[in-house]
Amino acid sequence: MTNLFCIGISHHTAKVETRERYALRRSEEAVRAGSGCAEALILPTCNRVEVYGAADSSIGTEQIVRCLAESETMEDASAFYRYEGEDCVRHLFRVVSGLDSMVIGETEILGQAKKAYENARASGNAGPLLHRLFQRAFRAAKQVRSRTEITRGAVSVGSVAVELAVKIFGDLRERKVLLLGAGETSERTARALSSRGVTDIRVSNRSIERAETLAAVVRGRAVPFSAWADQCAEIDILISSTSAEEPLLTPLILSPLIRERLDRPLFIIDIAVPRDVAPEVNEMDGVYLYDIDSLQSIAAQSLALRRQQIAAGEEIIAEHVADFRARYGQFGEAAKRPPVSGGLDEATLRASEL
Amino acid sequence: MDRQLLIASTLCFFTALVRTLLAARDGISLHGRFNFFAIGLGFLFQSAFLSIRGHALGRCPLTNLFEVFVFLAWSVALIYLLIGPAYRLSLMGAFTAPLVFALQTFALAAPIDVPHRSHLSANPWLEFHASISMIAYGAFALACVAGVMYLVQERQLKTHQIHSIFYRLPPLTNLFAAITRLLWLGFALYSAGLVSGFFTGGPLPRLKMVAAFAVWLFYGAILQGRHLHWFAPKRVAALCILAFSAAVSVLWAINFVSQTRPV
Repeated sequence: MTNLFCIGISHHTAKVETRERYALRRSEEAVRAGSGCAEALILPTCNRVEVYGAADSSIGTEQIVRCLAESETMEDASAFYRYEGEDCVRHLFRVVSGLDSMVIGETEILGQAKKAYENARASGNAGPLLHRLFQRAFRAAKQVRSRTEITRGAVSVGSVAVELAVKIFGDLRERKVLLLGAGETSERTARALSSRGVTDIRVSNRSIERAETLAAVVRGRAVPFSAWADQCAEIDILISSTSAEEPLLTPLILSPLIRERLDRPLFIIDIAVPRDVAPEVNEMDGVYLYDIDSLQSIAAQSLALRRQQIAAGEEIIAEHVADFRARYGQFGEAAKRPPVSGGLDEATLRASEL
Repeated sequence: MDRQLLIASTLCFFTALVRTLLAARDGISLHGRFNFFAIGLGFLFQSAFLSIRGHALGRCPLTNLFEVFVFLAWSVALIYLLIGPAYRLSLMGAFTAPLVFALQTFALAAPIDVPHRSHLSANPWLEFHASISMIAYGAFALACVAGVMYLVQERQLKTHQIHSIFYRLPPLTNLFAAITRLLWLGFALYSAGLVSGFFTGGPLPRLKMVAAFAVWLFYGAILQGRHLHWFAPKRVAALCILAFSAAVSVLWAINFVSQTRPV
């Protein structure tokens, strides 16, 4: 019977100083040659380095660690974890679904796993067993993402702002944005909005030079600071981050400016501390004001929502693990065949999946 | 037989309702497609029911309050099936199903399926007037549903309390566009219904006329206020809910008072 195993190091077990020692990509050939396993696949991300393997005999953790390490030192061996058989299957399904990620539900890991699998398949290091395992992992991940809310909600200030803008306006392509103040966070938020199709970005700052510099960076145009308030009649999104000590925008100032745009919402992101916009502005019809605390609070809510979804995700994974065990309970008959030199072709892989 | 079809239809809407509630309870994704197909199936049963009833009566089945409620539920489902996918408002099904389920459950449970006392001869103008008015009510009902969705979404955005449903609801701007279109559609159909009422040939009951014009004026005022930017979108959404509640009450009153003539 073939042993299916995973040996790895991640943000759960080691600090970045330790992980980075194993982050340089080692070849799967080296792992196979050094450990004697029939199939091997390395999954390297910024938060983990894991080796998935299949072997006819038991492979020691130290053997794999030695293959991954830059030197012969084994001082980090205790940071490595090991999963075998069904536990290995479950672990991979959790990893690929984002349940084991630092930011729960993040989807980047799926792309990284697909890339790692593709590399191992093309180089002939992933054989039928790892093929089945990873294909099933991708299916499980897809279901976890589509049947739960694990990927819902933004978890950073910039992405929360973009998500809120989308929920207010829908399509952002025709929206006009004014950056008031030239702070780093507002620049990042403007870039995020720009990536969602916003093209009309205006920048206003006490220093017109800084406004012009930032305008060039975000491909917008500078507006004199004396004219920023008038812009509120036209714009859809205001991102404010000045160092003013008193609120720049109050209901008294805003009311006459938005009288003619009653059916067009105004989304204000106030990331200045102290705040640039009086909180009473949020009580005005059609105006949605978010300060840095409320944005961070939503990011925290999203993260909490994702955590609540873990149980639902685990259930889906348990179903896939049980099904995988039922189909390929011995985890290995196919793996007894040596991996095809030069990589498995699609037809062989499809046949092995049936 | 026809009541069994209506029960089957009601069960379809009940299924959509239960699935929505379960998804909300478990915090899992709600697939609009399921609701769309459940409502579509319910609509087919409704259509079969109305067809059988219509053949039995030899006219449009709007002869008593029971049939009025079922026709209204059918109109709501019809408008949803037409506009829901077009405006990517699939979640509207989650809000539509409970409304249709409530209308049909009431129709089935209440002792209102009483055959009309007088013999009713076919009158094409009268049937056109009644059916087009009911479909207008369907559009107004959907505008009310979209209004509820708008207010739910708006409240979350205002209070910064983001719940799971926030991610499933459409953007405010899209919802407001849908409300506006539904109001115009309903208003146009209702106007056609009103005008056709003058061609029915019979005497026009004063109470009916006053009530019908009051509903027409209410919706006209909402559209005028929206057009001239008198009302903020939030107020338009709230008025849609109020107007539909008032319109249904008027519909009820008209049928209650009108004992000798069909609607």
